[in-house]
Amino acid sequence: MSRTPPLLGVEGLSKTFGGGGFRLFGAARPPIRAVDGVSFAIRRGEVLGLVGESGSGKTTVGRSVLRLTEPSAGRIVFDGEDITKLPKARLRPFRRRMQIVFQDPYASLNPRMRVEDILGEALAIHGLAEGAARAARIAQLLDRVGLPAAHARRYPHEFSGGQRQRIVIARALAVEPEFIVADEPVSALDVSIQAQVINLMAELQADLGLAMLFISHDLSVIEYICDRVVVMYLGRVMEEASVEALFSRPRHPYTEALLAAAPVPDPEVERRRVLLLGDMPSPANPPSGCVFRTRCRYALPACAETRPPLREVAPGHTTACIRDDIL
Amino acid sequence: MQKLPDDTILAVSGMTTHFPTEGGEVVRAVEDMDLVLRRGETVAIVGESGSGKSVTCLSILQLIAPPGRVAAGRALLRRKSGEVVDLCALEERALRGVRGDDIAMIFQEPMTSLIPLYTVGDQIAETIEEHLRKPRREAWQMAVDLLRQVGIADPERRAQEYPHTMSGGMRQRVMIAMALSCHPAVLIADEPTTALDVTIQAQILELMRLLKASEAGMSIVFVTHNMGVVAEVADRVVVMYAGRVVESGPVRELFRRPLHPYTRGLLGSIARAGGSRRPGGVRAKLPAIPGNVPNPLELPPGCAFAPRCAMAQPACDAAMPPLALPSPERATRCLRWSEL
Repeated sequence: MSRTPPLLGVEGLSKTFGGGGFRLFGAARPPIRAVDGVSFAIRRGEVLGLVGESGSGKTTVGRSVLRLTEPSAGRIVFDGEDITKLPKARLRPFRRRMQIVFQDPYASLNPRMRVEDILGEALAIHGLAEGAARAARIAQLLDRVGLPAAHARRYPHEFSGGQRQRIVIARALAVEPEFIVADEPVSALDVSIQAQVINLMAELQADLGLAMLFISHDLSVIEYICDRVVVMYLGRVMEEASVEALFSRPRHPYTEALLAAAPVPDPEVERRRVLLLGDMPSPANPPSGCVFRTRCRYALPACAETRPPLREVAPGHTTACIRDDIL
Repeated sequence: MQKLPDDTILAVSGMTTHFPTEGGEVVRAVEDMDLVLRRGETVAIVGESGSGKSVTCLSILQLIAPPGRVAAGRALLRRKSGEVVDLCALEERALRGVRGDDIAMIFQEPMTSLIPLYTVGDQIAETIEEHLRKPRREAWQMAVDLLRQVGIADPERRAQEYPHTMSGGMRQRVMIAMALSCHPAVLIADEPTTALDVTIQAQILELMRLLKASEAGMSIVFVTHNMGVVAEVADRVVVMYAGRVVESGPVRELFRRPLHPYTRGLLGSIARAGGSRRPGGVRAKLPAIPGNVPNPLELPPGCAFAPRCAMAQPACDAAMPPLALPSPERATRCLRWSEL
């Protein structure tokens, strides 16, 4: 393990939505803790996967890290500087270094702008590649994501979903970021197109040495592209490990259940067991102690008492489960 | 009276569904589709967006909204009474008797099929009253039993709730309960787990397996784009591309040796557990299918997959390859299947 400080450090991040305030009618709704005390670090050139089901808070974490959503508590440290409370103007240089790719390429491109203007705008905001250099830079970016330079004159609707996601990626790369949040970047794409875009992202990540927070519910994609993985459930981190360790020996019952539930594309394989019954509880009223205990087949009375801290079970492998005798 | 082999419950042949556009063109959503569903089996229809898999389901049930229409084909169904009918030739009134009673359908997003203003118990009970002519009280009790059967805990209380108070997985269970209410012999499930989380998907797939294994032995047409789901639920598989069947066969044989380059590409491009990393942490490239899904208005005269196919030759572009039958159980629309 290298001792160099991480590029991104997230410490005790929490985000609460709603609740409080003055209400004229009816009882005030309880606040919802979408993210509750999440910590992790990403080194330069490293891909950290964030996996969890809907309601786990993974998207809120991704947005908070970029301050697209303001955290309620905790610290975001980028390249040694605490950016949690930076005012907008002082945040701008960091915005150039951190970019985001969203799930839906249809919603994230302005339909009235040509590709060259979409990419040009990103360059202009940060004063990059001005004048004659701009067209060359746009052509180079399109080439980098596997689109012909002639497509710069086209509008988003003239492209397929996969091509649009390439444009979104080109826009993110335009400002030469060091860090990218990729929020379900292939989930909206057709299966035969997903592999193309995953390959492109993996190639760019390696060539440019990008650090990435890769958010996905798809375990096979996570396993393919990530170095390390953080597993979230109901706003909290359940487990963190290298991708190899997590997939070969999960140490948290939720991770075990998640891996068991993923359909295996091989009809010869023995059918998986359903390890998880019921639904995720409401984040407005999370269970006491361990939030997973209500669905956990290993739960003990002690699990209801205190929130289990993340503890190290192997070098670089932590789990928020009090039991040592199960997995 | 129409004929069907004894073990067959539904046989679609030559199904062709077209949608005229405002510009006077025609979207050939489904062309010459064949499908056989035997008693107690699950057939998966696999394809990407625009492949025609959902339109196939709607065509079977004669639910294509005008100006779209089923332009050709037959869909022979063995009714519970034993009578064999061609759904493509039935009058709307007779069809209403078939839908729900003999064939039921569930969709990807249950919220679009549930009425937000009624409790889920009311909605199921009303279906039962209408189709099975049961009195209200009995219908309500049957609704509660159905909710229990699909794995909903505390069904008496849940029956009195409204759809929006339920999670996505719970709503899909309600949809399945409603589909089961008239004991149909055939269930058509269009991407029923696509909108659900993976642990909830596992629960719903398990539920559908139980339905198939139950004494009633339901026959299921399961539409999905996910090869993992196919491997888990299907007995046989039909692969569609650009409106046509490109390959079909028993699930194990098809996964072991796909006989169409598109199927092979789909299976190959799945990021597979364990197989992706070389020692030292360097990623091997995923084998991706190049190019894009074709525009349904600009389909080539030959094989629609040829522009993306590494094995394509001039004959593939010249004319639509016929369906070859490498074995009694398998079909492929590829000229070069024997080289695969």
